[in-house]
Amino acid sequence: MRDISLHLMDLAQNSIAAGARLISVDLALDDNGVLTMRITDDGRGMTPEAAQRALGPFATTRTTRKVGLGLPLTQANARLTGGDLTIASAPNEGTTVTCTFYTRHIDCLPLGDLAQTIAALVAAHPDGPDIELSLTSPKGESAFGTAETRDILHPVPLDTPEVIAWITQSLREQTDVLFGGER
Amino acid sequence: MKSIAELEEIRKRTLQRINLRREDKESEVRVVVGMATCGIAAGARPVMMAFVDEIGRRHLSQVTVSQTGCIGMCRLEPMADVFLPGEEKVTYVNLDADKARRIVAEHVVNGRPVTEYTIGNAENNKQQA
Repeated sequence: MRDISLHLMDLAQNSIAAGARLISVDLALDDNGVLTMRITDDGRGMTPEAAQRALGPFATTRTTRKVGLGLPLTQANARLTGGDLTIASAPNEGTTVTCTFYTRHIDCLPLGDLAQTIAALVAAHPDGPDIELSLTSPKGESAFGTAETRDILHPVPLDTPEVIAWITQSLREQTDVLFGGER
Repeated sequence: MKSIAELEEIRKRTLQRINLRREDKESEVRVVVGMATCGIAAGARPVMMAFVDEIGRRHLSQVTVSQTGCIGMCRLEPMADVFLPGEEKVTYVNLDADKARRIVAEHVVNGRPVTEYTIGNAENNKQQA
């Protein structure tokens, strides 16, 4: 994975596969350059033992193959910076994945195109789980939610091309302001 | 900052079109992009957004873009399947955004698969090499 926004794209697939109705994504950059990315879903969740296993490369819910690399790759990239990835989960309650990246570490991946990640998730799942995005940095904060966007647009679907373009541009403006326009 | 007012404008503009779009499932064209870890790492996200953008640009209201997981040929990612009504699916491999746009123009619009990007072509070339 070339950047953090691609890891987010990948981890969000786990929430979708877990049958989530709501996925909350919080990205917070603090004064010391520590970026915390937290993905919380209300999907089917797992036992603490299964959550630990999920961090290994040979754990997957797929029956066709025996590898699942999304979480261990993200954890490896977080650890390269001195950060980490942890999972908190309970069956039928949902899962929270928390990653920390020390962005001033030379091995830290760039943030990437966060706007395109969110837009791609919405485009692929227009009726799927709602996404709540919350962004915080020393420069301010902003938020975006598919539920309220859906309400404003009704009955126009979220995957209408003009809407996807609006979401992309709107989020790009927000991330440029908050995270200095890094892609 | 993009405003809510703009969103309401989009709603007004597109309201007419959506009724047309939902009616006719028979003539629907589907583009399905692989979006597992392997696909994403290989560049599936810009490929998917190129499909979405090109389809929007051409006002192709009967085309949907969706995603699927890993189908076990990770080395050929980014991959996408194109389903035209009444025709066999065509699987494209090693895609990028430009290839995606060309597939929309030649295959989705004009009905001619881009043979050089198909999985059959990729596998034949490998055998000859």
